[in-house]
Amino acid sequence: MITRSDIDDILKLIDGSDFLELKLEMGDLKLEVRRPGAASVALPSTSVSAASAVPVARPAPVAVAAPVVASGGGSEVPAPLLGIFWHAPRPGADPFVKPGDRVTADTVIGIIEVMKLMNSVPAGVAGVVVAYAAPNGEMVEHGQTLIRIQPE
Amino acid sequence: MTPIRRIFIANRGEIAVRVIRTARELGLETVLGTSAADRDSLGAKLATRAVVLGPAASKDSYLNIGAVIEAAKGTGCDAVHPGYGFLSENRVLAEACAAAGLIFIGPSPDNLAAVGDKLTARGHAEAAGVPLVPGGNASTLAEAEAVATRIGYPILIKAVAGGGGKGMKRVDQPADLGPQLSMAMAEASAAFGDDRVYLERFVTVGRHVEVQIISDGVTVLHAGERDCSVQRRYQKLVEEAPAPNLSPALRQGLLDAAVAYARHIGYRSLGTVEFLVDVPRNSFYFLEMNARIQVEHPVTEAVTGLDLIAQQIAIAEGRPLFLQQDNLTLKGHAIECRLNAEDVFRDFRPSPGRVTLAWFPSLPGLRVDTHMTPGAMIPPYYDSMVAKLIAHGPTRAEAIATLQKALKVCILQGITTNAPLHQAILADPVFQAGGVDTSYLAGLLPYLTKAQP
Repeated sequence: MITRSDIDDILKLIDGSDFLELKLEMGDLKLEVRRPGAASVALPSTSVSAASAVPVARPAPVAVAAPVVASGGGSEVPAPLLGIFWHAPRPGADPFVKPGDRVTADTVIGIIEVMKLMNSVPAGVAGVVVAYAAPNGEMVEHGQTLIRIQPE
Repeated sequence: MTPIRRIFIANRGEIAVRVIRTARELGLETVLGTSAADRDSLGAKLATRAVVLGPAASKDSYLNIGAVIEAAKGTGCDAVHPGYGFLSENRVLAEACAAAGLIFIGPSPDNLAAVGDKLTARGHAEAAGVPLVPGGNASTLAEAEAVATRIGYPILIKAVAGGGGKGMKRVDQPADLGPQLSMAMAEASAAFGDDRVYLERFVTVGRHVEVQIISDGVTVLHAGERDCSVQRRYQKLVEEAPAPNLSPALRQGLLDAAVAYARHIGYRSLGTVEFLVDVPRNSFYFLEMNARIQVEHPVTEAVTGLDLIAQQIAIAEGRPLFLQQDNLTLKGHAIECRLNAEDVFRDFRPSPGRVTLAWFPSLPGLRVDTHMTPGAMIPPYYDSMVAKLIAHGPTRAEAIATLQKALKVCILQGITTNAPLHQAILADPVFQAGGVDTSYLAGLLPYLTKAQP
């Protein structure tokens, strides 16, 4: 089974190379990663989860445990649980982070509300905030991309 | 009446697919809440939309009430179908649905409370005049003799404070009552510091027969009974309707008792009242009521021609039943085999994995409820049922023949299933004769496993 640190290693390799695209096949796992600017880079905007944001060839869905994965413009931070995603600690307040902010793995980037219970969500990765991917105040699924962070 | 337009399905596997089937027929949209492990399941593909509730573990996804409610609201659903198992009889979910303005496709929280706790459920049975296993308390030999005379041998002595078999004694004849009673009381005292005992009628040969209830809260109907006596460790494997070789008087008694129970608690939805049929004494006792759609509902659908899921949805919308008991007639005989991903010859070890080929061709009189497709993954986190084969024929013998044919023809490759066990059951003259008891399968297993490597 491929782990999150394996994926991080793969992404570092690509970052340090001139390649635009990588296709990897190991057993029944197929992993395809493309850089921004490469052909057909567009990720499905309706991507339902972090794992499916990495285009995985059928029929071999691989459960990658809530990884922080790279795509066009930074690592995608997946929702750890389903609920309503809030960018700010309360309505009208400034968002926890904004594009360009430097975050550590522990920096809170948002809140997921489930049945009036507020769960703070840490970035899980150190880097620079690219942009929120999930809108404020709307439901996110388990695994859906919340925010993109360029790792450092 | 509140029409339902979009149903959130809080379940997985074949029952999710089954609910989607009826929803499509009714022109309703569906949103399936899945775990991360079931994201690519057939139900997730068939539903109008699928959302991931949480990680693979049930407690974080299928049993996560908060996630279910948020997901149902967030996707614009107006109702929640809980299927069976998981949250299907969970009062907290039913209450949370009501608080969130969602219709719970099932009974009311009060109904769930009335059947959820064993003691409460028994109290209601007593009040409704539904027979329970006869018994009584005794603290002296004279009292025990009085109870034993009333309920008849064999009897079981149980510790009132009991559990775990401590202080439990079986007594077959009056001469043994005194010594067994002293022993049971001594054991009870030693184990629980309380020597009070309870005497109960012991059922030597029992059958599991249950009655399907359909109620809109005013009209309470039964849709006949099902016999689910072929069980392994309390897991049903083969179910049929009607129950074979049941005396007409006993059958009518069961049906009437089930309706009386449902009416007594003001039940409104689909439900099933389970009974233990005491074969030697030709009587029956209330076990419990299940406040949900059952796995084995297709055999009732086959003999009644009803779509029980559609009935359940209509009742949840607040529509009055258009049915009457008189126009609910039963035709022929139906039998269901539960195909599980388990290896009969390796102590029923579960056999999760990827299905390479799944082929269930239509045969006359055969219905297959399954979520299996080529490439389907059977995750190790949930129960092992992969398909239900349901045969309906004019006679029981014809239904058996159709199932035997189906087991020969159908293909499910990549995993090991319990199909050999079903073949053995269907080919067994004892099962073919009809009316086996709940100890039947345990007796058949050694013959099956001995015949194989």
